[in-house]
Formats: sequence, C-alpha cells, structure tokens
Amino acid sequence: MKYHLILRVVTRLLVGPILLYGLYVQFHGDFGPGGGFQAGVIFAVAFILYGIVFGLRDLRNRFPDRVIHQLFALGVLIYAGTGFVSVFLGANFLDYNVLAEKGYEGQHLGIIAVELGVGIAVFAVMLAIYYAFAARPPRIDDKDW
Amino acid sequence: MELAITLFLFCAIVATAIAITTIRSLFAVVMLSGVISLLSALLFVLMDAVDVAFTEAAVGAGISTVLMLGTIALTSRTQKDIKRNNLIPLAVIILTGLVLIDGTLDMPSFGAPDSPAQTHVGAAYIARTADEIHIPNIVTAVLASYRGYDTLGEVTVVFTAGLGVVLLLGGMGARSRKRRQEEEG
Repeated sequence: MKYHLILRVVTRLLVGPILLYGLYVQFHGDFGPGGGFQAGVIFAVAFILYGIVFGLRDLRNRFPDRVIHQLFALGVLIYAGTGFVSVFLGANFLDYNVLAEKGYEGQHLGIIAVELGVGIAVFAVMLAIYYAFAARPPRIDDKDW
Repeated sequence: MELAITLFLFCAIVATAIAITTIRSLFAVVMLSGVISLLSALLFVLMDAVDVAFTEAAVGAGISTVLMLGTIALTSRTQKDIKRNNLIPLAVIILTGLVLIDGTLDMPSFGAPDSPAQTHVGAAYIARTADEIHIPNIVTAVLASYRGYDTLGEVTVVFTAGLGVVLLLGGMGARSRKRRQEEEG
C-alpha cells in the first residue's frame, strides 16, 4: 500500500480517535452502552487498521506476538484474580461487596476490574487472530483488488 | 413509523441476502455481509438493545469483514461455478424456513409483559440494580456482577479460541522457526 496517500493520511488521523473511543467505551460501560467486550474489539480495530495500511511487519515490530500472547492470559488472570481477591477478603468468589467499605462502591470497583480483564483478553485475542490470518503470504496481487 | 422502519430494514436485509446469492465476486459478497451486519445492528437499536447493536456493528461489520478479506487473500477471489442440480438444497432451505416460521408463531409477541423473559429474574434485576450496584446500565450490572460466573466462562472461551487459532495457524511458528535457525547455525 505504498502509493495510497489518502488512505495513509486518513488512517493516521483516525487511529487516535478510535483508540480514545475504545477507552471511552471501556470505562463508560457502567453508564452507557458498551463494556469490555466492545471496547476490546474497537481497540483491536485501530491496530488492525494500522496493520492493513502500514503493513503487518511494521505493526508486528511495534507490538510483537509474544506481548499479545501474554496479554490474553493477563486478561483472564485479571478477571479470575478479582474473584480470588474477594475470596481472600472472606466473601464468595466474584462477590464484589467486600472490595470497599460500602457494598455498592465495591461493586463499582469489581465491575471496572473484570471489564478491564474482558477488554484486555478480547483485544489481544482479536489481534492474535488477525496476525495469524494476515501473516500468511497472500496469493493476490495488490492491484487486483 | 417504527413499524415502517422495521419493515424497511427487514426488506433491505432480505434484498442484500438475495444479492449475495447471485454475485460471483467474493470481495463484493464479504462487503455485502458487512452491510447485513450493519442493518441488523440498526434493527437491534430499534428494539432498544443498544449493547447488542454495538457488538454486532463492531464484530459483525468490523472484525469479521477484515478476517473474511484475509481469508479471500489466501484463497480465491471468485466463486467457482456450480454445475450440480440446486433443487434439493432449495427444497431443504424452504422446508427449514417454514419450520422456523412455524416455531415463531408460538413465541410471545415482542416485548410482551407476560413473556417468560419478563416474568422471572429479569424483573428482580431491574428492581435491585439501583439499590445494590448504583449504576444506570443494568446490562453491565447483570453481565459483570449478577452473572459474573457466566462472563468469566465467556472470557475463558475467547481465550481458548485465541489459543486455538494461534496454535493451529502458527502464530507460534515464527518463534519456533527462529529457534530452529539458531540451532542449525
């Protein structure tokens, strides 16, 4: 995609707002539509857009496979870890009431923590799937599209 | 007005589906399936299921279109001509469609207050979320708190899917190839 000037300029303009929107969806999930799953997908879309336009190799150098594989384990760990924190504080698994002084404050903390776990896991998995597909050598020439 | 928009969206989805069956270029087919996802996202908005619409637009129209394009890039751009007789598949599809339509006749009408979805735990969640969790989005409260176990299971499913794709399609391949090269020389 060396010659697609418009695509390159528009992508540079769009990647930032998409990431910002992903963060908004992630942390505004308690108040509006959205949450970890959608935020993870939107966050991954920004990276995929970058990869499509500027080349997978560039993206892979900045964001290597090893980091992504660790991130999707980290997401599940954050989620399950929140559950274990409440167990160690003396409540049931994933019962957030004990995380803060007042029950509803604990609920807020717990929900933010598990949504973050969901977001990280989904983001990393989507990116890993994209890498796995796009890394194989294509048979179609660039100008055939 | 709402009925008119709903009917229009359903007609547009059916028209897009018919167009997909007649087009040979797989690139156009992938784009049209993205259009179907967007149209159904609009339908979900009309049904007040904003969270579902959000997911449909992001996953259905965004990620899966990209993955399908990646798949086309690896395989072929045009569909092969089929010389076989299409009558039996058509009959099977029509029969399945009729059975499904017959099934929907027994379902409660959309949003009916006495439907099973409204009469069991749903009402309790709506009544208790404001007291117990203090957040306006009940969907998030149900997903992350009341049904936390289920969501943990879902995240594990996503994790397993990612692991499977990485192991099968060789995301690890680059590393093992490098290691092999280091061993050889």
